[in-house]
Amino acid sequence: MTMQKLGTVPIYNVGDRVRVRKAAPLGHVRTPFYIRGHAGVVERICGAFANPEELAQQRDGLPKQPLYRVRFKQKDVWPGYRGSRSDVIEIEIFQHWIEA
Amino acid sequence: MGGLPAGKVRRAEHAYDDWELRVDAMMMLLVGVVGGNKRMTVDELRKNIESLPPADYDKMGYYDRWVISLTQTMIQRGVITTDELAKKLAAVEKRGLSPISRRRSKSAR
Repeated sequence: MTMQKLGTVPIYNVGDRVRVRKAAPLGHVRTPFYIRGHAGVVERICGAFANPEELAQQRDGLPKQPLYRVRFKQKDVWPGYRGSRSDVIEIEIFQHWIEA
Repeated sequence: MGGLPAGKVRRAEHAYDDWELRVDAMMMLLVGVVGGNKRMTVDELRKNIESLPPADYDKMGYYDRWVISLTQTMIQRGVITTDELAKKLAAVEKRGLSPISRRRSKSAR
């Protein structure tokens, strides 16, 4: 994680293709295991919110972190996915969990 | 569930036990949704639920996890001590009531 990413200002835009960091740190994180390492497209910028990783440890979680709703194709996420090729899953991901 | 196979989802609504409603109410008070006296965050609740041993987690119902986790959080924050909790649990047990429901919860898992 670069320090540049720990700010309240969004550095990605709607439509950007982004990848979720593949990491398994200790502590509490809100990024589901199954989506780590997968690529999707920014569907919207949800705003900025106190960092849950810090809130879970009795700290204030500031500065707030930009939160994105990222759209992934189901067929990319689940091996052998049997649904429609156009099915998507949208997950809200904090900026510091995203790499370009 | 969480990306792992979890069997069929039961979609029917179900009734809650009184103790489950009380745990829910307690959580609303502790995070300040009601009353405005904030003593913990929902993120601490999640962290302590995730810290449960997997075998215990699987056996517990939804509100079993909540009550264990929010109690753990109150100890971590110094609102109550482990010793106070132990004494209270012993007192409740003496009254002939199980401090925590031992039967399978009807709650969603």
